[in-house]
Amino acid sequence: MSNPEEIFDPQLQLYEKRKGVYPKAVDGTFRRLKWVIMAVTLGIYYITPWIRWDRGPYAPDQAVLVDLANRRFFMFGIEIWPHEFYYVAGMLVMAGIGLFLVTSAVGRAWCGYSCPQTVWTDLFQHVERAIDGDRNAQFRLQDAPWGPKKIAKRLSKWTIWLLLSVATGGAWIFYFADAPTLARDFFTGEAAFVAYATVGVLTATTFIFGGFMREQVCIYMCPWPRIQAAMMDENSLTVTYKDWRGEPRGSVKKAQAQPGSFGDCIDCNQCVAVCPTGIDIREGPQIGCITCALCIDACDNVMDQVGRPRGLIDYVTEEDAEREKLGQPHTPVLKTLFRPRTILYFSAWGAIGLAMLFAVGNRTRIDISANHDRNPLYVQLADGDVRNAYTVNLRNMENRPREMEISMSGLHGAVLWTNEGLRETAGQNVLVKVPADSVGRVRLFVAAPGDGPARKEFKLTVQAKDDRTAQDTHDVFFERPEIAE
Amino acid sequence: MVDKQRVDEATGTKTVGHEWDGIEELDTPMPRWWLWTLYATIIWGIIYVILYPAWPLVNSATEGVLGWSSRGEYEKSVAAREVELEPIRQALVSTDIRKLSGSPELLQAAIEGGRSAFKVHCVQCHGAGAAGSKGYPNLNDDEWLWGGDMEAIEYTLIHGIRNPDHPDTRFSQMPAFGRDGILQPNEIQDVVSHVRVLSGREQPSASSARGAVLFEANCTICHGNDAKGDRTQGAPNLTDAISLYGLDRASLTETVTNSRYGVMPRWGQRLDPATIRMLTAYVHSLGGGETLPAVEELNEETLEQVNGDAVTNEAEQSNTARSGQDEQS
Repeated sequence: MSNPEEIFDPQLQLYEKRKGVYPKAVDGTFRRLKWVIMAVTLGIYYITPWIRWDRGPYAPDQAVLVDLANRRFFMFGIEIWPHEFYYVAGMLVMAGIGLFLVTSAVGRAWCGYSCPQTVWTDLFQHVERAIDGDRNAQFRLQDAPWGPKKIAKRLSKWTIWLLLSVATGGAWIFYFADAPTLARDFFTGEAAFVAYATVGVLTATTFIFGGFMREQVCIYMCPWPRIQAAMMDENSLTVTYKDWRGEPRGSVKKAQAQPGSFGDCIDCNQCVAVCPTGIDIREGPQIGCITCALCIDACDNVMDQVGRPRGLIDYVTEEDAEREKLGQPHTPVLKTLFRPRTILYFSAWGAIGLAMLFAVGNRTRIDISANHDRNPLYVQLADGDVRNAYTVNLRNMENRPREMEISMSGLHGAVLWTNEGLRETAGQNVLVKVPADSVGRVRLFVAAPGDGPARKEFKLTVQAKDDRTAQDTHDVFFERPEIAE
Repeated sequence: MVDKQRVDEATGTKTVGHEWDGIEELDTPMPRWWLWTLYATIIWGIIYVILYPAWPLVNSATEGVLGWSSRGEYEKSVAAREVELEPIRQALVSTDIRKLSGSPELLQAAIEGGRSAFKVHCVQCHGAGAAGSKGYPNLNDDEWLWGGDMEAIEYTLIHGIRNPDHPDTRFSQMPAFGRDGILQPNEIQDVVSHVRVLSGREQPSASSARGAVLFEANCTICHGNDAKGDRTQGAPNLTDAISLYGLDRASLTETVTNSRYGVMPRWGQRLDPATIRMLTAYVHSLGGGETLPAVEELNEETLEQVNGDAVTNEAEQSNTARSGQDEQS
């Protein structure tokens, strides 16, 4: 079985040089779908940060803003504080389950149509074809010796790629600061270093991944194909070469010479020529296939020319492929689509979405938390009373300054005051002004008679003066000396 | 193992030569760019080792040609912070301490600065929470031996307490009634009884009645007729719930017999005026800080008046305090 000559064959090396991929231009249903999806996804990416959204004078007017400096996340009508990050986590979980749902129904649609690597590679390949010409011209140029023409073409291609890359990295930073201001600062050289660094890194990755790495990213670097392969089953759509119909391959001429001995595949290699990852779909489903369906377009065009039925390469589920081999009709689409697995995914996805909507609709925008001073736990006052101190944080999550009232209950004979007040004028409650969209911090003093239990729980409640329904309560302890002398 | 290697027919790729129950692994070639990436990281590593501290030696490490060190970075950032804080320190020193509460931001900055300075200079005696212990005053409470407004606290900080060689220091000395033979031991016990009655720790008794007479004769000159103390002499209020050395019989007997002599360094000698201001603001903020009666009355008009009419008594005092402070710095 083992053959030393084969093993030590110089052709089989430890490291493999990248085989160039020069995909041919193609037109068809899926190609047009890809155009639409590219326009929509790139449009969302570039336009979103520029959408304005009025939130009044105390908050930014950018519709989508990840304000890292101030630790706020704005998304249209929703504002998220750091402690509410579980909403973001929930959205990520939804995105994950959404991906399961899409994959179990239509296979690697994410890879084929909307993955940024796919979209930008596609964009870069269009640029490449515009400058270098189509597949065969690209081959010739690649093999041609370096001369003025080749240098000019390469330089102009790389320049356009670089501009696209800068635009890509440049758009990213606008999600993290006020877009018009940042744009102005960026071009006048006044933006923060991190803005330039981010643009630089993203420009480099876009340029390298979109221009040179391309399918290498999908095949070697990305974990997605592995995960997605695990999420697919016999009812998931995948790009399939119908070998039972196509084999054995033979040209039209051969088929005319020997009718009946050849399949529909005329071995024209168009499916290979258009493939952006450079694979041969006729070898069967494989990890390099991102199911972009361009080979379907290419094959359909050829089938039309030679007058054979379309769909030699087609989106087919594994189960339907088996049925078709046996001459049975496909399972109805609805039955394939609505099966326990997809319904389960959809329910989980929807439930999380509804729960989050409910939670967002019901959250209070006011919050109190109190930290008892630990050292000292209590202070003996001259008149025999005992004083405890607390650091109280009042969250005002509304975009307007608010006056809040802290009151207490459950501590007999006690008074409270803040570091701005005095014990002499202290009462049962205290008013604190909290600026818009921020946390107000006050030191709260509570004094109560010295004769009482060593440790007594009581409640601190905060209430907004402008909206009595908004309130929050925090349980705290009051400490006294163990034994009065 | 190697002789088990073979070429897989379907893929044309070598196998690695291992076999587990009939399952073999293809030795798929790595992409060449991966190899170049590996070389790049190695080159990066070599450059890093040359530029930065890297190899640990017995007592140190290689230093790297850039001379970078984390301690150096730390010192740089501390120095940069000092430069940033300088205007605040300037403003603190130039602001009248009586008007510090009028600029909340400056006051807050002073309190935060004081919080960290306190941890360096004061916690040894007063404790991390400024709660003190026997013989070391609790700075959180509302009883002050020498006064608890900003000016008084600052004065105490600058001049210290009972500094033998400093004329402006806070000074007083309670007689050692027992040791010096002013009172007999049984008389001391009577005084102790009376003091405990004063603060409500004992019921009046024949002993405390005798003690009241002795107290009248010996103690009221400093502690006052009502025993509520005298801040000009640092004499504590004996009628309230707080005491520095304890109100149990043993502690009181010791106090009356041998006296007490608490000291505090004069920080004016050791710290700069800004840091002293910060410590003042911090101690004042702990909860027992007293307002200066004059501050509430001082509005713009009276301030002008004060400035115009040379100086009032209050201003004079504060000038003295400040010139003392200048001397020290």
